[in-house]
Amino acid sequence: MKKTGSQILLECLQQEGVDTVFGYPGGTVINIYHDIADYPIHHILTRHEQAAVHAADGYARTTGKVGVAIATSGPGATNTVTGIATAYMDSVPMVIITGQVPTPLIGNDAFQEVDIIGITRSITKHNYLVQDIKDLSRIVKQAFYIARTGRPGPVLIDLPKDIQVASAKFEYPEKVELRGYKPTYSGNARQLEKAARMILASRKPVLYVGGGATGADASEDLLAFAEMTQAPVTTTLMGMASFPQRHPQALGMLGMHGTYYANMAVTNSDLLIAVGARFDDRVTGKIASFAPHAKIIHIDIDPTSIKKNVRVDLPIVGDLKDVLQKLSVTLGERPEELAAMVDGSAGWRTEIADWKSRHPMGYQASDTIIKPQYVIEQLRELTADDAIITTEVGQHQMWTAQFFSFSQPRTFLTSGGLGTMGYGLPAAVGAQAAFPERQVIDISGDGSFQMNSQELATLVQYKLPVKIAILNNNYLGMVRQWQEMFFDRRYSETTMELPIDFVKLAEAYGATGLRATRPEEVGEVIRKALATPGPVLMEFKVDREENVMPMVPAGAAINEMVLAS
Amino acid sequence: MKHTISVLVENEFGVLTRVAGLFSGRGFNIESLSVAPTLDPSVSRMTIVTRGDDRILEQINKQLNKLIDTIKVTDFTGQEYVEREMALIKVAAEEETRAEVLRIVDIFRAKVVDVTPRSYTLEVTGAPTKLDAVIDLLKPMGIKELVRSGPVVIGRGQ
Repeated sequence: MKKTGSQILLECLQQEGVDTVFGYPGGTVINIYHDIADYPIHHILTRHEQAAVHAADGYARTTGKVGVAIATSGPGATNTVTGIATAYMDSVPMVIITGQVPTPLIGNDAFQEVDIIGITRSITKHNYLVQDIKDLSRIVKQAFYIARTGRPGPVLIDLPKDIQVASAKFEYPEKVELRGYKPTYSGNARQLEKAARMILASRKPVLYVGGGATGADASEDLLAFAEMTQAPVTTTLMGMASFPQRHPQALGMLGMHGTYYANMAVTNSDLLIAVGARFDDRVTGKIASFAPHAKIIHIDIDPTSIKKNVRVDLPIVGDLKDVLQKLSVTLGERPEELAAMVDGSAGWRTEIADWKSRHPMGYQASDTIIKPQYVIEQLRELTADDAIITTEVGQHQMWTAQFFSFSQPRTFLTSGGLGTMGYGLPAAVGAQAAFPERQVIDISGDGSFQMNSQELATLVQYKLPVKIAILNNNYLGMVRQWQEMFFDRRYSETTMELPIDFVKLAEAYGATGLRATRPEEVGEVIRKALATPGPVLMEFKVDREENVMPMVPAGAAINEMVLAS
Repeated sequence: MKHTISVLVENEFGVLTRVAGLFSGRGFNIESLSVAPTLDPSVSRMTIVTRGDDRILEQINKQLNKLIDTIKVTDFTGQEYVEREMALIKVAAEEETRAEVLRIVDIFRAKVVDVTPRSYTLEVTGAPTKLDAVIDLLKPMGIKELVRSGPVVIGRGQ
């Protein structure tokens, strides 16, 4: 039996096991929306296409499955761009479906026409313009395969309206044939042997873990490998939740707002093992002074990440799970050498413990004013271990990374690479849709929150009980901090002059609003929010000029930190 | 250092812009680029001449390979290969220079493909350095228009 293009698309989504999609209807996707009601696919209507993409991203980051978003042509499609770029930078598996004007009109500047293929070429792993209905099911199959395999990423399918209307026989291809796309999963045996020898010869090893560990679902393998070698573990913002932060070997985050001891450990190490990390400039600081005494082993599924920014002594291309398991086996076969290495690095562990005790992570507590870090600590204290935390971008994001001791993978959703303000609330929509029973908290600043605050409506409409914690300092705090430290305290355009009543805003949407203005109210407000059904917005009036510390000034070496006074 | 890279790609919609966009987006240099289908019409071959140090060339190679539509990347640097480029040159040919132009045509085994009372159009094929030499010699006579194809290369042997 023949099916229309929009039915074929939905059949394909079903075949891929898609149960939830996020989107926004419009002229060129109206056929898809007409037919979607016939399929067991839950559609969540966000209030902006950017939010639909972030929600699909949040869904993907928490579940590990491919997130799906739908938007119409023209402005609908351009609104997805920030969401797609966010997912691309953080390697999130997603398929974005955009409507397009009918094929005979393409190129004619038709109503709501944009060349979204051209626009998204550099921010997608791959993209497709469907030109013939006969290609549709093959393209959808390939799109999902490309999105979730290798280094994951977003794939966009641009689907012209006339192809949604046309009909053809539906057959879902069994196999994907892509002669130009064959990711390397298995680590090269000779490289692994060399790596094992380098590890056994090291006395000051450090594991530097990035978002790849989450993408590969390699947390357990990482923990086993780390415990075997007793090497300290520092994580990037993207890697935070893939290693339990209360583990004695955890050093927390490295880089610009990293811990003193993580940055000192990297700078003094003799072997840096990069695990699914890409040596971002926020991590390395001044490249020439980064890990100057260390040999570098770089394990990554994406060959382009290797030797892009730093010299690498030993590259290993492969799936982290595979590589870490094999390395553990290889080391396990040499118990005496391994014991010698672990014993030999006892001095290193003492050195690190000393850095830790000299400059632990901390802040100036107060009993008169709410310290933002205190709110983060209280949130950790009062939420469940498997609570999913999303953030926006700025000071609150760094405080969350520094003070919320993550313990489970896929519980920290944050825009690491692109640094997208307005990510956290829609990402929380996606996370809560994926896990209705778990606690989902969006930690936000007052600036970021206003970038996608319209999604309060989505939370209320779908009864998604997301809790929002706004650390309100009435500033664009991170930029203000830079202005304070490097621009003579000229707070140009960073003061959010208009004091918004966030409690009333929440209530206007039909959500609950709570406010804390004194430290003793913080725990109470959080407890009340967690106990209240449905979405709750918590506003914390925090110390306005609190800074994120330590801080490595831009262009400085990471051991040249400015520490809290 | 100059590198000549041959890239086999799927002969798909938009593949040229994917490759060109990769170079411009990452700040890699393209000196020339030529593209046409191979014997297998589903595959196209691009020949790209680029410049860069080892680190940049490694990235170019890897980034090209990362494109889904890329089937194979070969950097001919350090290998045995034949390199040819074609130029079409419209050169002024007044009474006093017509004979000299034809002598140059003869020496370089070029061809005259169009004649007017005041100009010759020449077709020259060879290594890019040979084309440079012809162009240098013709410049004093007045080159009205010059079209170069960019080089194509093929490995020697087998």
